[in-house]
Amino acid sequence: MIYEIFRQERRGQPFEHAGSVVAPDIEFAEAWSREQYGRRGESVALWLVPRDAIHAVEGWADEFDLKYRRVDGYSIKARLKEARERASAPGAG
Amino acid sequence: MNEQVLLGLADDELVIGWRESEWTGIAPLLEEDVAFSSIAQNEIGHARAVYELLAEDADALAFDRSLDEYRCAPLVELRLLDWAHAIARRWLYETADEIRITSLMDALPLAAKINREEAYHRMHAEMWHERLRHEPRFVAAVEELWPYALGVLPTDQRDALSARVGLPVVDAIERGTHTDELPELWEEMTMVRRSAPAGTQW
Amino acid sequence: MAAVEIPHDEQAFLEYVQSGGQVETGDWMPADYRAKLVKFIEMHGNSELMGVLPEREWILRAPTLQRKLALTAKVQDEVGHAQLIYRVVEDLGKPREQCLADLVSGKAKFHNVFHYATKTWGDVGAIAWLVDAAAIISQKALLKCSYAPYARIMKKICWEESFHILHGRDVILAMITGTPEQFELVQEAVNRWWGPLMQFHGNPIPRDEDPMYIWRIKSQGNEEARQQFLEGYVPQIWELGLTVPDPNLRRRDDGVWEYSEPDWDELKHVVTGHGPKTEERLAFRRRFLEQEQWVRDLVLAA
Repeated sequence: MIYEIFRQERRGQPFEHAGSVVAPDIEFAEAWSREQYGRRGESVALWLVPRDAIHAVEGWADEFDLKYRRVDGYSIKARLKEARERASAPGAG
Repeated sequence: MNEQVLLGLADDELVIGWRESEWTGIAPLLEEDVAFSSIAQNEIGHARAVYELLAEDADALAFDRSLDEYRCAPLVELRLLDWAHAIARRWLYETADEIRITSLMDALPLAAKINREEAYHRMHAEMWHERLRHEPRFVAAVEELWPYALGVLPTDQRDALSARVGLPVVDAIERGTHTDELPELWEEMTMVRRSAPAGTQW
Repeated sequence: MAAVEIPHDEQAFLEYVQSGGQVETGDWMPADYRAKLVKFIEMHGNSELMGVLPEREWILRAPTLQRKLALTAKVQDEVGHAQLIYRVVEDLGKPREQCLADLVSGKAKFHNVFHYATKTWGDVGAIAWLVDAAAIISQKALLKCSYAPYARIMKKICWEESFHILHGRDVILAMITGTPEQFELVQEAVNRWWGPLMQFHGNPIPRDEDPMYIWRIKSQGNEEARQQFLEGYVPQIWELGLTVPDPNLRRRDDGVWEYSEPDWDELKHVVTGHGPKTEERLAFRRRFLEQEQWVRDLVLAA
């Protein structure tokens, strides 16, 4: 069975995919991945997941203008400049 | 703390570490090549830690004695380049070593550290034992090495080993004499060191 | 794993990888790309594994406990690299058992340097210092490989190699500052390894004619790699008072290193399985592979 290995480098950090090992069962998979992903102190924890337990997801529809809900959809510089100019003009405030 | 006991422990770890390094590059699975290597490094690390308790110069103590001054048990001296025997020895040695190390916990502060590191060795040995225990090759190897395994421990600890392994106590191949395999091992182990004067830096 | 939308067109693929694009295991690839990729990565795996045998002897002979530990750990990393690399090959469709069978039968290749004998402790230093350095240069050029799974393991491999170089330097420096006999051991090892080192990066095929570069499997050509090696390591060799056995070796004003033409016939002869130690090492591996087949049958028949 192929086990995918996710490793956490330091406590609090995300578990990241690190590789895979072919092993007959979870005991061997654990023993072997402890070695491959921990013998140099590079991981504090591992998650082992059988490859076929992983459901991959890809592809989002991107048909219409969705910038209203993203940071790059906003350009406030010009208006901000105008507002500041108005606020500091004589007779304002 | 009995120096001879400590030297026996250190020499066992040094020599079994040496034997297990012989699997480098030729273990049946690459993953096991890596695992055996970690185990060998741990053992040599343990040997070094104990040698450092006994002498200023751990390397001199490890390598510069004459053959008959080594206190290793015959079990660790055997060249066992077939997997059934190698794992049988691994399992027997680790089981015996747990008994030995736990008995030293009060007298030797280092014992607790060694014991913690060997937890992984035991996990690994048990994993293989589970897989191989019905395999005739393995069963035969365990029986063949059993008298040697008993020789790792003093007589008063052999019942404990017998209970764990499931074989009756028999006459042991005792610590105190060496197999005819040690001279060749010692030759190779010390050849670079002997090629230069004592005190040479490496 | 699901596939990404790359058009099933070799030209589009080429443009994609040449502009920095990467592909994953399930993605469409031109047949030629896939074939060259598998062969290249397989040879890398074979090399890591075969590199273990010349160093193995010296683990057993290491003159101090520290050196024994360091060398064991270094070689362990190399076996670990082989595991990572063969896993990548396996996901591309060639099982590890097949790779190993092809290796020990002589059908598949491994790098020239691992076909030569190691003769003294000086070799241990020279290999960790210079041979590994040459290998690391090649490995760094794989960090941006267009095949992403390989690029990712290269990151781990390069990270692990970092102590190997320091270990090598340390071994060499201890001998250089030791006895005159030890200095000579190092010099003698450098003299013997220089030829294979100069051949290591391959003949100077222009990178735009090198399929490995065209497909962006590697990001530099052979000559670039060699120049990088010379630029990094010849000054290190010379500053220790060691010599390089090439009277024509010199650095031009424009920064390019000139050297005697390496023996490309020797390289070809060696990598096609005729090195001084090829047969002996393959036979040794073959013996244990066959002897322990029962273990794999038992363990992998899950």
